[in-house]
Parts: sequence; structure tokens; C-alpha cells
Amino acid sequence: MANRTMKFQIYRYDPDKDAAPYMQDVSIEVDATDRKLLDVLVKLKAKDDSISFRRSCREGVCGSDAMNINGKNGLACLTDIASLKEPVQLRPLPGLPVIRDLIVDMTQFFKQYHSIKPYVINNDPAPERERLQSPEDREELNGLYECILCASCSTSCPSFWWNPDKFVGPAGLLAAYRFIADTRDQATNERLDNLEDPYRLFRCHTIMNCVDVCPKNLNPTRAIGKIKDMMVRRAV
Amino acid sequence: MKVAKRTFDAVIVGAGGAGMRAAIQLSEAGLKTAVLSKVFPTRSHTVAAQGGVSASLGNSEPDHWHWHMYDTVKGSDWLGDQDAIEFMCRKAPEVVVELEHYGMPFDRTDEGKIYQRPFGGHMSNFGDKPVRRACAAADRTGHAMLHALYQRNVRANTQFFVEWMALDLLRAPDGRVLGVIAMEMETSEIVVFQAKATLFATGGAGRIFASSTNAFINTGDGLGMAARAGIPLEDMEFWQFHPTGVAGAGVLITEGVRGEGGILRNASGERFMERYAPNAKDLASRDVVSRAMVTEINEGRGCGPNKDHVLLDITHLDPDVINKRLPGIREISIQFANVDPIRAPIPVVPTCHYQMGGIPTNYRGEVVVDGGVVPGFYAAGECACASVHGANRLGTNSLLDLLVFGKSSGETMVDFIKGEGAALQEIPQDQIDRAVARVERLDSQKGGSDVHDVRALMQQTMQKHCGVFRFKDMLAAGVEKILEVEKLVQKTEIKDKSKVFNTARIEALELENLIEVAKATMISANNRTESRGAHVRDDAVDSPETPDGRDDANWLKHTLWHRDANRIDYKPVVMKPLTVDTIALKKRAY
Repeated sequence: MANRTMKFQIYRYDPDKDAAPYMQDVSIEVDATDRKLLDVLVKLKAKDDSISFRRSCREGVCGSDAMNINGKNGLACLTDIASLKEPVQLRPLPGLPVIRDLIVDMTQFFKQYHSIKPYVINNDPAPERERLQSPEDREELNGLYECILCASCSTSCPSFWWNPDKFVGPAGLLAAYRFIADTRDQATNERLDNLEDPYRLFRCHTIMNCVDVCPKNLNPTRAIGKIKDMMVRRAV
Repeated sequence: MKVAKRTFDAVIVGAGGAGMRAAIQLSEAGLKTAVLSKVFPTRSHTVAAQGGVSASLGNSEPDHWHWHMYDTVKGSDWLGDQDAIEFMCRKAPEVVVELEHYGMPFDRTDEGKIYQRPFGGHMSNFGDKPVRRACAAADRTGHAMLHALYQRNVRANTQFFVEWMALDLLRAPDGRVLGVIAMEMETSEIVVFQAKATLFATGGAGRIFASSTNAFINTGDGLGMAARAGIPLEDMEFWQFHPTGVAGAGVLITEGVRGEGGILRNASGERFMERYAPNAKDLASRDVVSRAMVTEINEGRGCGPNKDHVLLDITHLDPDVINKRLPGIREISIQFANVDPIRAPIPVVPTCHYQMGGIPTNYRGEVVVDGGVVPGFYAAGECACASVHGANRLGTNSLLDLLVFGKSSGETMVDFIKGEGAALQEIPQDQIDRAVARVERLDSQKGGSDVHDVRALMQQTMQKHCGVFRFKDMLAAGVEKILEVEKLVQKTEIKDKSKVFNTARIEALELENLIEVAKATMISANNRTESRGAHVRDDAVDSPETPDGRDDANWLKHTLWHRDANRIDYKPVVMKPLTVDTIALKKRAY
């Protein structure tokens, strides 16, 4: 691919000097070695060091560089530039306070994750060796444990936008089901009690934006459905 | 300058595998512990480890920690300390089982035990034939481990300081370590973290090279801070080039691919490893495989229009095995190589991956200088050199290193803090001023050098002068060049002066750490005139006394690089294990 110029509109806001956020038009020459949006962002930052975003692994496992790309949440490092309509609009993840440019304050997101007690609870004395788990039981965790906590899902969810303090959100609920589904965990009832509330679980209206944006192709809506089923079965 | 101060029993810098494993030990002992991290803990680079963590559990076939120890000593090309290696291999089953109890979602055997796969250099019965020793969660072992460790810390109520960048180590005039000074990225506020015990678990510095599997954050911050505080760095000439980085992108493809049956092929489709390692073949040690690949490419048998890579072939594997055991690899190949490995082989090249050297410690995690322990200072994980990896690390021993030495350093710190010797001491003002001055210099620099350009120059210099094969004249020229780059680093200028989440400032500070590691690496490599493990030079002669250029008579010793005047001295390799007999020197062959 020959060199070409790519056009961007980037959300800029530095509370140290800007009275209000604005969209900045920038363009940059890209070449055949630039495959992913993150490659181009790094190039843009080399030209203007004030453009601010998070990034680390650049291969879709650390979850740092989630942002809103042409209206849809995703990871910059997994987004092919060839797939993008120009000018490419880059905004911070919606629904969370902006710290600066593409960097959001994720406190509320992690608070919800912590609220579901994201660890195996097993009060039996620890055995000498590993706790046994059949391959079939282990398979129940597939599609759940791979979450990278990038927040693409929760910040695409209208219910989370409205009630980020009360609704656990798709990422937190996916994690909740990851522990419910783990045969080593003994706290299923306690976990269901923790979610039995008009907001924490039941604000999910199966809009399914979360499924649409997850960069790891996980399905929080399905996990939420399974928790709801368990609630119903427990009630009858 | 007056700087705010916070006081803890222990401060841990770095929230990857080693830092978080140590934090569990300290938090569960009820000590007031602060963990500082540049990134949210689950974004640390441990998350990118793929293939497995080694432990002689023997879940699929007989295995023994002594065989694991033998493989590790041999893999290290006898540069590893045998007391630390025995300690690590004996502890492996215990720490892996603990991790399972923490909730780690390991894959399972039909009996419900932890699934284990073959890996490079893992052999049964003292080098006899490949053994299944790598405990795996699909090809996402690092991700599963890092999350399990974070989750255990949530349970233990560990206090994290997320997105804080440590600036410098604080020491008393007598050398005791008193804590660190750090900057909150969101506000640029500088705070002193005073502690009775300080642990560095800051990871490696793979970003000194242009082509690296490492994350952007792997900038050797702990090594830079230690070097500036007068701590020498050990064995920095030894860098592992992983055989299978995606050509062009650098992204890692786990050795577990070869463990599951993957084969390396050259342009004519030949399984060339049979010529280089007739017994272990594609599962020889990483340094051996990387050199074989570069030899194939240099001799014109590389693949692609530029003959600049080889192919990793798994098209003969059952697609179900690929989807079940290597799903992440399939994703990465499609994303970064445009190749679905079920249908076509993956283009790969050796890529900088792991730093074997680091801050000198013993197997209890205590930092050791001039034969003595530095009171209050500990290091674990990739930033430390215990030394268990010696001249070449075995695959999966890095995750094991994190668990074993994270735990042991945590235990040592608990004992120290609860013992007689620990105390909070006044921090000398000059220690604080030194760090603040670095930040102030950067904020006021005018007409200086560009951070991005200088970093690229350093990375290209390291890549060209200090790669898989090393040459006497290139190393000598490399030393001159890297010292020139250092002058540019001292004059970097940032345009962004904001106090709010200033990533330009962070990158400039990271470059000041990277350059210390780059200097240590180039100067130590230039100095060691033999070939051993990952360090191979053209002028090291292959003779009966020096097989493959390894010169035990003169070079069976650890390098110690001191930042002060780039001085080099040495310390002996510990050849005596804790309980078993020495694994005697012999020529390394796979």
C-alpha cells in the first residue's frame, strides 16, 4: 500500500488550559507498516506530544486503549485502519468522566467490578493439591474469564450511562457469572443475593450493545440471562 | 522543595505477577502495604504471557523437580545460580497449586487435574526426552494468572495506587533503602512513599530494542531507578530473542504452539530444526532455535519476497485442538499476520522478548551488593536477577519466577518488617531534591531533543549492534553510539507542559530509565568476550576447551555493571545447590 494521508477528528480536552472540549482536525501520512489505529495514534503523538491516550500491550490483551471510534467502542490496537471511514472520529469512552482527551476516569467501572466480589470463595480447608474440576466444568468458564476489563461494553450500555452507580453493568455481571459458573466457588446464593435488586442486575434490558462492541467476542448478555434464570429458578 | 509524605510498612513498585504475588503475602500478614503501578494492575505485561507456567506436577506423565532443575541449569548455559534454581524448581508445585486455589482457570486433564503441555527445553530424566510440564490456561496463561492474582488482592484489601509513576529510590547515607518518590499521573503531584521495606517488581525493559514482543510500558523503570541509586545491574548482556514473533508486527506467538506440535519450516518447506537439534528439534531452547532461524535467513533460505522470515506451521493439527488449546494465537495471527493458522503457516522472526539480567538478588528476594544485603530493599520478577535464568531462560520459567520470588520476597519482607532491624528513618532532603530536579529539568528544557526521535535512535542502535548474533567491532562501535544517545536523553524536551495526565512527560521519564538499561546491556555485551546462552559473538572461538565459544575458565562469572563511570566487576556463579549435588558443567546440546 502506498503512502496516503489519513484524516482524523479527535476529541481534545485539557482541563489545565481548555475552557471546554473541542474536536480537532488532524491529518497524518500513513504507510504500509501502519496497520492498526494504535500505530497511527502513536505517529500522531510523535508529531504532537500533547495528544493523550492510554496504551500498553498493543495486542488486545491488556485493555488499555479502548475508545469510541467512529461512534463505536473498541480497542485502537485491534482496529484495522483500512476499515475506517474518514475523517475518523475518535472520542473517549462515553458515559465516564473525561480526565483528558481520550483518557476517562474508570473509578465507577472498577467499583462495580469490585462489588461482585471477583474472587473464588471456597471456605473448605485448602487441599494439598489442586481442586479437581472436570474438563466439561472448566469449559463453562470459556467466554467468561477472557474479559480484559477494557470497559467497551459497559460504556456502550444505555442502562450503565443512566445508572453507573447502581447498575453493575455488563463487564461486572459477566465477571459475576464467571464465579457463579465456577464449580470451585461455594457462594452462589450469596452472589445471587448481592444482585437481587431493581438496579444491580435487572437494569439490563437486553439492548445487546455490549455483545456488539466486545473486542474479545464475549457475550455479557448471555451471562446476564443465565443469572436471571437462576434467580427465577431459585424463587420458585 | 517540600513534598508530601505517606508512610507504610511496605511499598511495592509494580503490579504485575511478582508485585501482586508479594502483595498477597504482605496484605494477608496484616501489614500496611502500598502497591504503585503505572497502569491498572490487570494491564501489566504479565497479561501477555501465553503458553504456561512450569511445575513438575506430573499430571500426565512422571516428572520431578530435580529434572526441572537440571533443564533450567542447562538452559541457563550454567550461568544460573544453582541454589536459587533448586529453590525455584522445588517450590514450583506449591505456588502453582496455590494459584489454582486462588481461582486460576487452568485447563484440565480428563481426571480433572491441571493440564500440562510440552515446552522448549523441558525434558524428563535429566535431558532424555520432552515432558509435559507447562501448566496452561489455553494460550492465555498470563492473562488468567494476572487476573487471579489481582482478584486475590481485592479479597485481601491490598491498597493500590493506580497510575502512579515511581521516580527514584530513596536511600540513607549508610545505603539503607527508605522508600520511593513517585508522581501521580492524573495530577502530576509528587509524593514520598516512606516504608520499612521496598520491593521493586517493575518488569523488564524490552523496549530498548526496535523489534520487541514487549508492551509499551516495559521501560525498565526499576532498573533505571536502581542504577541511579548506585545499585549495580547483573548480567545485562543476556537478552532472550523469542523465536516466534509475528514478522513485521513483533507480537508474540507462544512456544506452546510448538508444544502442541507446531513445526518451523524454511523456504523449501524443510523442518530445519532437525539439523540443529536432532533430539529436541523444534522444542530446543529458545536461544538455539532463534540462532537456527537467523542462520537459515542469512543463508538465503528465508521465506517471503524479502526472504526475511521463516514459517510456523500448524496446518497439520486438528482444528479442534487449535480452537481449544491455541485460540488466542489464531486470533493474533488473523489480526496481525492476516493468516488463519488452520489454513496457512504463520510468518515469524526472532524478536526481543525477555531480560535475563537485572537487579542482583538472592533467592529470598533481598538485593545483594558487594556480598552484602542492602537493608530494606528487595526485587522480584523480570527486573531482578536471582539468578535463575542465567544466560538463557526456559519458556514458562518466567511465570514461575514471578510466583516463587514474588512469594519469597514477600515472606522475607514480612519477617524483616516484624523483626528488630526495621525502622522508619528520616529521608535526606538531597534524595528528594534529586528526583524533583529531574522533573523540573524536563519541564523547563528549551531547544532540546525530541523524545520520540531519541528513543527510536536508541532502539535502532541496540537492534543493529546487539542482536541475536553479536560482532566484536559492532559492539565496540555500539558502546560509542549508545553513549552519544545518552547525551541526547539528558536534553530531551517536551512541548506538553500540562499538569493533567501528561503522557509526554511520562514517556520522557521512561526514556531516562531505558537508556540506563541500554548502556548496561551494550557495555556488558562488549565486555564479555565469550559466547554463552543468548550472548553469541563472532570472535569467541569454538575449541575443545571452549565448546561453541563458551569459556568457563575465564567467564563462568556474573557481570556487574555500575552506572558510575560504567565500571564492570564480577561475582562468582553459585555452583552449589541447597541440598543436591552440583549439576556439573558440560557442553550444551539438544
